[in-house]
Amino acid sequence: MHLNIALFGIAREIVGQPTLEIDAPAGQSARGLLAELHARYPALAALSSLAVAVNNEYAADDTPLHERDEIALIPPVSGG
Amino acid sequence: MIHIDLTDQPIAVADALRSVEADGAGAINTFIGTVRNQSTGRAVIRLEYEAYDSMALHQLRKVAEQAVAQWPMLQKVTVIHRKGTLHIGDVAVVVAVSTPHRAESFAACQYIIDTLKQVVTIWKKEFYQDGDVWVAAHP
Repeated sequence: MHLNIALFGIAREIVGQPTLEIDAPAGQSARGLLAELHARYPALAALSSLAVAVNNEYAADDTPLHERDEIALIPPVSGG
Repeated sequence: MIHIDLTDQPIAVADALRSVEADGAGAINTFIGTVRNQSTGRAVIRLEYEAYDSMALHQLRKVAEQAVAQWPMLQKVTVIHRKGTLHIGDVAVVVAVSTPHRAESFAACQYIIDTLKQVVTIWKKEFYQDGDVWVAAHP
């Protein structure tokens, strides 16, 4: 399946673009996506944390991803 | 009774305070976060806030709703966060709450700003004379 991933903050800078399109096996989990992205972009693994968001909610590690989901990578937040 | 906003314009603090006025409120409590001139000993020139807007607004509303669930006496809640480029002294965030009595107003206001900082998808980049850093990005 084809996933579109939105990138923000330092994750956007590490990848070098604001969105990423990747092909993933059907039923890919949030954890699986992170493993794939860590392999492609080792600097992501050096962050204090990196979460996956699905449809504006933080996703648990085993959350399955779907093509139509709005998926984003969430590096450590620092609002306020 | 919950008002949430994310804006690239200067925050109108007085309007935010007025927005939580309520006849049933004997207390209005406010947190105003401003841009400090230094960070871990380095002089800060400016900040840039980047937001994942749709999720930030959704999560801000959830935080406010959690506060209302925890302090049902809350009359009104307003949370406004700035994004874009900010300079020293600029207002980055305003949290305003109203309650019948003061104790709950302090507790709810602190809960909202503390939880905002943990979950809301906003990122701060600090700019110095000799570089820049995404705050909290690395251990």
